[in-house]
Amino acid sequence: MALGLEPDVILVVAEQKDGTLNRASWEAVAAAQQAGGDVKVVVAGGDVAGVAKELAAADVAEVVALQDAALAMYTPDGFVAALEALIAAEQPELVFFAHTYQTRDFAPKLAARLDRAIVVDVVGIKGSGGDRVYVRPVFQGKLSADVKAKGPAPHLVSVQIGAWRADAVKKGSGAPVREVAAGLDASTIRQQPEAPFKEARQAVDLSQAERIVAIGRGIKGQEHLAVAEGLARALGAEIAASRPICDAGWLPMDRQIGSSGQTVAPKLYVALGISGAIQHLVGMKGSRTIVAINKDPEAPIFEVADYGIAGDLFEIVPAMVAELQK
Amino acid sequence: MKIAVCIKQVVTREWQLRVNENKTWIRDSDASWEPNEPDAYALEEALRLKEKHGGEVIVVSAGPARVQQAIRDALARGADRALHIESDALAAADASAVADALAAALKDEQPDLVLTGLQSDDQGFGSVGVILAEKLGLPHATIIMEVDASSPTLRVKRELEAGWFQWVSMPMPAVLTIQSGINQLRYATLKGIMAAKKKEIRKVEAPAAAEAKQEVVAVYFPEKGKKTQMIGGSPAEAAAELVKKLREDAHAI
Repeated sequence: MALGLEPDVILVVAEQKDGTLNRASWEAVAAAQQAGGDVKVVVAGGDVAGVAKELAAADVAEVVALQDAALAMYTPDGFVAALEALIAAEQPELVFFAHTYQTRDFAPKLAARLDRAIVVDVVGIKGSGGDRVYVRPVFQGKLSADVKAKGPAPHLVSVQIGAWRADAVKKGSGAPVREVAAGLDASTIRQQPEAPFKEARQAVDLSQAERIVAIGRGIKGQEHLAVAEGLARALGAEIAASRPICDAGWLPMDRQIGSSGQTVAPKLYVALGISGAIQHLVGMKGSRTIVAINKDPEAPIFEVADYGIAGDLFEIVPAMVAELQK
Repeated sequence: MKIAVCIKQVVTREWQLRVNENKTWIRDSDASWEPNEPDAYALEEALRLKEKHGGEVIVVSAGPARVQQAIRDALARGADRALHIESDALAAADASAVADALAAALKDEQPDLVLTGLQSDDQGFGSVGVILAEKLGLPHATIIMEVDASSPTLRVKRELEAGWFQWVSMPMPAVLTIQSGINQLRYATLKGIMAAKKKEIRKVEAPAAAEAKQEVVAVYFPEKGKKTQMIGGSPAEAAAELVKKLREDAHAI
């Protein structure tokens, strides 16, 4: 902020794939509007005029369509080069991203290229200007940290999916769209991406389940799955799991809930021995009623739960089954 | 093929977190420590690549003397030698500072591949590998679920969101961050543990610290965002109360 007279310029880097805007981009716009300042949005790709127009509905100063044939397929080298040049031209104080897999793939590299600070996975912003602090989870969400970005502008900030609401974006009267040719030298891009694909069709579509019983590390061993399966039967629920359970091969990958698995919002979600790392929470926190049973009363899963029992699931679950069968 | 694996030592999941007096980090003087789990998958992948293509696996870790325990564990599982950037300050430094130290340690090694876990269980930046690639001037890819290094052009399977994947090719040397679950981890054998005692752990000087790019001003237990009803009592009482609430209040069953 120059002498405290001019408002900060916040550049929001929106994300699209094949002309479809990633919904999380709206959340990053909402975070930037809340942080206060002149918000500009940039969206990069091969031909992003349509997405840029869509973004122009937000109350922002401008939308930049940063285009180049070499940006049609995402690569970290291409996106870093294009955004490095745009940031040099625009001189924003802050650059905001949604904390997507794509952002994780290139934003730290962009920060290193610019030799600037990056604060990732932000869930809250307090204060403004030099006093601004970013709240981010540490220790798998068991603690929160208030973090200050240091050194010269711009500071790069990625906001956690779901931490701001897409529908909180202030709408405007149609922001101007400016097309910018990135002018990339395609030979400097070292990654050669192939077309994205899905593995063998998912056997189970958990997003349609009315009730889900999900297990985490607290289940301790594959031989204890029957405990959770008993509860699932009694509730008429599908069985699911957090990532480590599927990594260990105790349940197939298509039973995984979270950022790398399925996103669900059932009527009832029962989390057994799941601590509640953010990668899991993003996949289930929209559930209508959430029950958490975990031996650690400080487990982050209790923050999103409607009902919680801090205790031994191997005692509580059989008691629940008995109660349900009464 | 020379493969470097960057590993971190973190507090165990079971250790009850305690905040230090200044409320700026954890009070870890009495903590129990373990290798960062995502890095264990990176190490396993490196060992499998070595078994397939030959070469050596070098483990690199930055932190205080205690990280030698994590290094020994990696050597016991089959890594050939190790570099230890001994520094108290790097234990909880920002991603840029850690990447600086790793880049300095790896510069003379000229590895064909640098692997690391996709993120640490403590800071959770998920950034060190990506920044390291930039500092080494190497191409990179993140959240990798399969590695094909059988030709000079590396081909890797990136995990995208919501069940999507993508193959990406790039020249070696390169930096990859490995997704947990890419492989099944091996355990150290007694023979491995004995052999590890004779393997070299070379101490490397940490580079002069650049100005920090971020500062943790406070850590605290998160406030509950939702009104959670905690149900107490014996297991039978709690279970009965929960089922009643799910039936009568939440209408969820």
